[in-house]
Amino acid sequence: MAIEHDQIMASRPGVTWRTGLAQFPWWFLIITSIITIMALRIIFDPIYRDIFTTILQGLGVTLYVTVVSFSLSLLLGLVLGLGRVAKNPLLRNLAITYIEFIRGVPMLVLIFTISFAVVPLVARTFGLPNNAVSLTTRAIIALVLIYGAYIAEIFRAGIESIGRGQMEAARSLGMSRVQAMRYVVLPQAIRNVLPALGNDLIAMLKDSSLVSVLGVREMTQVARLSVSTSFRYEETYFILTLFYLTLTLILSLLLQVLQRRMRAKG
Amino acid sequence: MSQPANQPMILIENVSKYFGSFRALDRVNLRVEAGEVLMIIGPSGSGKSTLLRCINHLEVPDAGRIVVDGITVSNNEAHINAVRAEVGMVFQRFELFPHLTVLENICLAQQKVRRRSRQESEQIAWQLLEKVGIPEQAHKHPGQLSGGQQQRVAIARSLAMQPKIMLFDEPTSALDPEMIKEVLDVMLALAAEGMTMVVVSHEMGFARNAANRVVFMDQGRIIEQGPPEAIFGDPQHERTKLFLSRILH
Repeated sequence: MAIEHDQIMASRPGVTWRTGLAQFPWWFLIITSIITIMALRIIFDPIYRDIFTTILQGLGVTLYVTVVSFSLSLLLGLVLGLGRVAKNPLLRNLAITYIEFIRGVPMLVLIFTISFAVVPLVARTFGLPNNAVSLTTRAIIALVLIYGAYIAEIFRAGIESIGRGQMEAARSLGMSRVQAMRYVVLPQAIRNVLPALGNDLIAMLKDSSLVSVLGVREMTQVARLSVSTSFRYEETYFILTLFYLTLTLILSLLLQVLQRRMRAKG
Repeated sequence: MSQPANQPMILIENVSKYFGSFRALDRVNLRVEAGEVLMIIGPSGSGKSTLLRCINHLEVPDAGRIVVDGITVSNNEAHINAVRAEVGMVFQRFELFPHLTVLENICLAQQKVRRRSRQESEQIAWQLLEKVGIPEQAHKHPGQLSGGQQQRVAIARSLAMQPKIMLFDEPTSALDPEMIKEVLDVMLALAAEGMTMVVVSHEMGFARNAANRVVFMDQGRIIEQGPPEAIFGDPQHERTKLFLSRILH
């Protein structure tokens, strides 16, 4: 594509405005226009405004669940990812078993299984009642256990992207395998996988809507509850969609700025 | 580590190494004395790099014995680390740590392995950067340096551990021609100071000026060895003659 543009520019200097039009981020204009139109509707239409303020009450829970779950799944993912590349066959197989198990089951099913089967089972073995753990905590546990497996694969790919020579150089300086991993391989691997982790943060924000099935009062659940009494399906679900679209757009813009800054740093 | 005067710095006895069914090393025997500069030449796939990498256990021999400065290299992690602390290694592709500055590259292992303070390790790093002639690059990242400069930093990084032996695995083959000399000059200076060196390279200039002995390897075996003038001037084996005729134009 880039070559085609260059050739056109070189042979027909008069049509540069065309390439300008082709490269303009129209998608961004269209999406922000949709968001603006909806925002105006919310400002001027009392019905829209009511539904907006209702769903807004779930925003905090959505963000809370997303941020807490994502931070913890980074930790779990790092541990599992290191296990995945471990020399010890026991550790490696434990990690692979876990990761393949999680990746082989739909997320919605896992959320049910973890929240209503695994967590109560663990609670009982510790002599606690079935309902000892709140539903929000169960939702976070489920998301962490699921995303930990996904993020482990990102870390594994990052570690494997660092050439064998780096580990050899560190080892030949007398560092242990753990030291070489910690001071030489991991810092480079993590930098390489930051864009992929950013994508998973956005995915996590969207998937947090799934925990509405547990009755956790995040945005989707608040919207569903509201609809069940108001029957305003169209307004409610359009506004709910708008919420997620705006959040993911802001998040991906933030991540892009962050990435550009990191690249500028070298 | 104190040792009897007749003990070699490196002793390689009957070492064999297989990669699958490929025999990379075939019952190799070699002695390297303290202060000796040994050069290993041979066609690619002859086992010269593998032999070098066996000395600090980056490759594990399938048979035979390697003794470095009185320590037998075994699978024992403590022995391996003890040997690696004595043996510095310089790689063809430098293998500097790209996320660290030049100074940090030289200080990392000093602090984590030798347990030196930040101040002490930096002082040593500055001395070595002076020695290899690039103190002005200390705060740059490896990616901002030329290949020759990177290789000189890599040498400084190894020297910071104060090794008794330096291994060089084709240290100039990834360099542009105009940068080879600056790296060879550093190696010549090291040789003049009496460092025990094992160098896998085809740099004839270095061989003539610094090597005490040249070993020619082919198909995992040592075919012949001797002083550089003998190997280059009057090779005895057909394979050595054939190889030299290909690299000496």
